[in-house]
Amino acid sequence: MGLGMAWLVLDRLGLTENGVCIINDVSLKVGAGRTAILGPNGAGKSTLLRLMHGLLRPSEGAQHWPAPLTQGMVFQRPVMLRTTALANVEYGLKLRGIKPPERRQRAMAALERVGLPAMAERPARRLSGGEQQRVALARAWALEPQVLFLDEPTASLDPASSREVERIIREIAASGTRIVMTTHNLGQARRIAEEVLFIDCGRVVEQSPVEEFFTRPRHAAAQCFLEEEIP
Amino acid sequence: MTRLRTLLAACCTTALLLATGAAAQARFITVASTTSTEQSGLFGHLLPVFTKASGIKVRVVALGTGQALDMARRGDADVVFVHDQAAEEKFVADGHGVSRQGVMYNDFVLIGPRSDPARTAGKDILESLRRIETMKAPFVSRGDKSGTHAAELRYWKAAGVDLDGKKGPWYRDTGSGMGPALNTAASMNAYLLADRGSWLAFRNRGALGIVVAGDTRLFNQYGVILVNPARHPHVKQADGQKFIDWLLSAAGQKIIADYKIDGEQLFFPSASRLTH
Amino acid sequence: MGEITTSLMLAGELVASGDARLASIVTLSLQVSLSATLLACLIGMPLGALLAVGRFPGRHTLIVLFNGLMGLPPVVVGLLVYLLLSRAGPLGQFGLLFTPAAMIIAQTILIVPIVAALARQSVEDAWREYREQLRSLGASRLRAAMTLLWDGRFSLTTSGLAGFGRAIAEVGAVMIVGGNIDGVTRVMTTTIALETSKGDLPLALALGLILIAVVLAVNTAAFMLRQWAEQRWG
Repeated sequence: MGLGMAWLVLDRLGLTENGVCIINDVSLKVGAGRTAILGPNGAGKSTLLRLMHGLLRPSEGAQHWPAPLTQGMVFQRPVMLRTTALANVEYGLKLRGIKPPERRQRAMAALERVGLPAMAERPARRLSGGEQQRVALARAWALEPQVLFLDEPTASLDPASSREVERIIREIAASGTRIVMTTHNLGQARRIAEEVLFIDCGRVVEQSPVEEFFTRPRHAAAQCFLEEEIP
Repeated sequence: MTRLRTLLAACCTTALLLATGAAAQARFITVASTTSTEQSGLFGHLLPVFTKASGIKVRVVALGTGQALDMARRGDADVVFVHDQAAEEKFVADGHGVSRQGVMYNDFVLIGPRSDPARTAGKDILESLRRIETMKAPFVSRGDKSGTHAAELRYWKAAGVDLDGKKGPWYRDTGSGMGPALNTAASMNAYLLADRGSWLAFRNRGALGIVVAGDTRLFNQYGVILVNPARHPHVKQADGQKFIDWLLSAAGQKIIADYKIDGEQLFFPSASRLTH
Repeated sequence: MGEITTSLMLAGELVASGDARLASIVTLSLQVSLSATLLACLIGMPLGALLAVGRFPGRHTLIVLFNGLMGLPPVVVGLLVYLLLSRAGPLGQFGLLFTPAAMIIAQTILIVPIVAALARQSVEDAWREYREQLRSLGASRLRAAMTLLWDGRFSLTTSGLAGFGRAIAEVGAVMIVGGNIDGVTRVMTTTIALETSKGDLPLALALGLILIAVVLAVNTAAFMLRQWAEQRWG
């Protein structure tokens, strides 16, 4: 999938909280199938992601979906309900009004895709961090969203779990779901994304194809960021 | 989640049913009475005999006389069994009760420290009260509009002591039942007026003892009244009347006379009409 | 000190002898207060969850109100229920006064604010953690409130227990609406009050010790259940 038609348009988007400007005048079009949002800590990566997903309401500007798309989100720390892994995956489907036999089937299929069918009946909170994140991915995936937002999905995981989560994200993308993720792991961005949004102090200062961003960053802040991150 | 909710609802209903079911099955009447009859143990002695003879259970709510009459006035009792003749007669005159029958009497006693600092001992209650007021000896009053409280106020008035003018720190208006008032008096070593039944059944006497008894003015009349069914249609008229008739019968009067604590008779039958 | 020792021994004897009257009084106490707790949880917990999650005018007023009502005087509740259930009152026709049902109603009213206020606190904390995930999955606020209640069911036992503790220990409300009728509405606390007023202080204290033991037993059972559940579900 190349840089296709824009499916999300941000128009002078801004967010001010308690007088502090967190996102400032962001205008851009997202058309890529796999987008990574990069930037230093505190630059506003997660906030931008939440604005896109609609968890936060912008204080200025607007976002525009040329065609309405179903969305899902996976967070840095998976929120697991105190029930089985399977019931956690089913929960999202239940909210969509999907009835038990189909619900169970789809949830089970999602667990299989993330490699956890054996854990279906285990209490979700008793699973390891990596397994919990995979259950969260299954929960999002079971809903077959057209866009999946991921906020630092591997930040709290060990390398092996991170690799597994990355594999799942690539599979979700391969199934046709658009991916927008924040990460501070540049290797991961490079492995997964087609396009990079670089954000600095609440402004998106660069939007480039991934190879171009890593080889020839245009903005000074991005150059500086890459030099610091890759010594 | 649905399962749990159903379970909770089921538990709840069961609990409520159990609780109310137990209350609903037996044939019973509700009697508003005084702490003195309940706490002296008379009812524990009397009621099982009546229930055995009639099949009617008696539920006693023991309050001060004023409160008991008020409860009956609201229609929450079938029968009133209290001891304040003037208030009882007014209750009937106001149409809340059918008629008042005297059942029995006991007597009030003046309780005080056995050392009797106010030197009240004797047989004249009015003289003793005057001495207490003169000496400003600590005195505990029920202050709860009970029959005993009403009697106490009558004695002060008859003794010529104007409480409103002379009430000082020596006079403790406790606003409590007979038992709590006795506990207070025991801990303060104060005088107080009590009915003999409650006194005999009371365990925490401390240094207190009877200082005045036997004055005929100390007689304490108990009356029984059927709550007026014309005013409160749900009153269990037949069963309530059965209880009253039994109390006034030779059998009932004998049971009352038989009740003793430490060999001492507490209540003296006084039914004027001895039927059956 | 002598009196307390006497009471301890008396309490031991009462329990050891398997006194039938004592057993029925303890049973009624548990029946009334557990029923009231159950009802209060059914009413108070959803209410607390909605207060935690909801956004509606008057929410803050309600929160303050419930917090304040945690200190409701039992006598006032008793009086209120008495006036409602009295034959002369609006619900008099049901003849509930001086029955265990009346006591359950009074205790339920007494502890609903406790359960609701504590549940609100607990759900609000969970809401902070779950909010984005639940909203992302498309849960309405009502739905989120129910989910948080279910998910917090083990920690919510604390609010239920607080309500139960208050219910089983209060005497003012049950005395007025129950009437302390021997064998019908006499519970632990009204018995203690009665024995105190009869001046039998050792017996009253012995009954008090038994009451404390019963409350401790219920709390221990709840604690163990919670421990087990937390081990199992995390």
